[in-house]
Amino acid sequence: MRAPSEQDVAAGEVLLSVENVSLAFGGVKAISGVSLDIRRGEIRAIIGPNGAGKTSMLNIINGFYQPQHGRIAFKGRERSRMRPYDAAHGGIARTFQNVALFKGMTALDNIMVGRTLKMRRGMLWQLLRVGPAVREEVEHRRQVEEIIDFLKIQSIRKVPVGKLPYGLQKRVELGRALAMEPDLLLLDEPMAGMNLEEKEDMSRFILDVNEHYGTTVALIEHDIGVVMDLSDRVMVLDHGVKIADGTPDEVQSNQAVIDAYLGVAH
Amino acid sequence: MEALGPVLETLIGGLLTGVLYALVALGFVLIFKASGVFNFAQGAMVLFAALSFARLAEFMPLIVAFALAVVIMIALAYAIELLVLRHLVNQEGIILFMATLGIAYFLEGFGQTVWGSDIYKINLGLPTNPIFILESVFPGGLLIDPAELIAAVICAVMVLGLAIFFQVTRVGRALRAVADDHQAAQSVGIPLDYIWLMVWAVAGLVALVAGMMWGAKLGVQFSLSLVALKALPVLILGGFTSIPGAIVGGLIIGASEKLAEVFLAPVLVRTFDLAGGGIENWFAYVLALLFLLVRPQGLFGERIIERV
Repeated sequence: MRAPSEQDVAAGEVLLSVENVSLAFGGVKAISGVSLDIRRGEIRAIIGPNGAGKTSMLNIINGFYQPQHGRIAFKGRERSRMRPYDAAHGGIARTFQNVALFKGMTALDNIMVGRTLKMRRGMLWQLLRVGPAVREEVEHRRQVEEIIDFLKIQSIRKVPVGKLPYGLQKRVELGRALAMEPDLLLLDEPMAGMNLEEKEDMSRFILDVNEHYGTTVALIEHDIGVVMDLSDRVMVLDHGVKIADGTPDEVQSNQAVIDAYLGVAH
Repeated sequence: MEALGPVLETLIGGLLTGVLYALVALGFVLIFKASGVFNFAQGAMVLFAALSFARLAEFMPLIVAFALAVVIMIALAYAIELLVLRHLVNQEGIILFMATLGIAYFLEGFGQTVWGSDIYKINLGLPTNPIFILESVFPGGLLIDPAELIAAVICAVMVLGLAIFFQVTRVGRALRAVADDHQAAQSVGIPLDYIWLMVWAVAGLVALVAGMMWGAKLGVQFSLSLVALKALPVLILGGFTSIPGAIVGGLIIGASEKLAEVFLAPVLVRTFDLAGGGIENWFAYVLALLFLLVRPQGLFGERIIERV
């Protein structure tokens, strides 16, 4: 289905490859034999109608779901069974469709939690609050402040996130994922429920993350306009099956995609 | 000054009992902190731990029995994580609560199946002769039960250790994260299974110590699991998420119910010509109820945040 394109040639090595993966819940097939590759440095979109299996795909990539069939290799290493902890450890960060923040904590603390895996000093050091442990905490805090500046959320850093409007919550969630310094950033509908202005801001942040930090991004999004503007390559799922994969232009002109979105005359 | 003697004596007795309440409440706090769930099984864990210890102690030195009981409680925590909690990741709090309900009744029954359902004694070899203090100030001095005093000291040490442990910023943040959102916590690399194993194991150890102390006081039998009910008003006062809160709440409940029993009850009986007594059994709950109306998050609990 996918024709070689300019993007393919220009893009970097394969960061993540999913081969012929199938996932079923009981008798319900969520994903059937889908292959997907994500190249280092690109913005990769997964689109499709509701129930197409997009979120299931992300859940497979970061270890929430274990597919029944297929192979997955991340950074060239194939894995049989991976827990979310391993995925996070390997450099995969993500956000969620319905914002999953730690509601009682401030924006700052939420983002600090993203540094969990980066904290290396033992607990005893942290207890004593001396030397290296203090320096480490300060260093993490500095990096978190950098992310806060980048996302322009300085004014809300001490606000419990439960009190923030939805658009800002999404931004804090992105901040938490960025705090992990991920190699691969998975975004599950980063613009859902946003107004036009918020969508533009979020698009800007995603592009900046991709350009400045060189972070590879894989995202799910319903707003087709946004997807086509942002992405280097787009995969289209429908009922758990891949129906198209390629550059935005290729995908847009694909008859199967048009049918899936607009319906076919029977 | 002399009139103060009985008040002080009652107060001290109440505070010492309060420490024991605090110990039971602590087990609840630990698990609530790491999963946002009220662990209905805490009382059953106290019973199970006390039964294990009491029966093992019949065959071996106390210290060996204690070590084995520790191993049993850690194994129990591991089994609970592996067989129950692991499969309930990202479920609603009420589902987890129902699971602890199941664990509670299983543990109560299973414990008695394995260890027997008679009343067993725990003899920790604590001194039993009462101590009298401040004899120069008060005629006859103030009476203190040494066993309760020792229990209070042990409890204080445990509480201090736990408070320090959770003071570690990384651990504290990770626990709060897990309690707030399982999947989000996992996605940033917090090992959920390990965290749950850890807190259930620590809660098991707290249950063991509480079971030994209460068991030595009341004897080990089914009703020991009801001690957990006294932890409820303590938690409401102190807040479900606060270790210092469990201590302060325990002390307040312990002291106030004793004072109420000794000084308020006779007044009530005389004034209203009542049949009398028993105020100790319900006073704590009334206190908790009143407190709920004023400050539902407890003295030290996190503010409850609601978006409006």
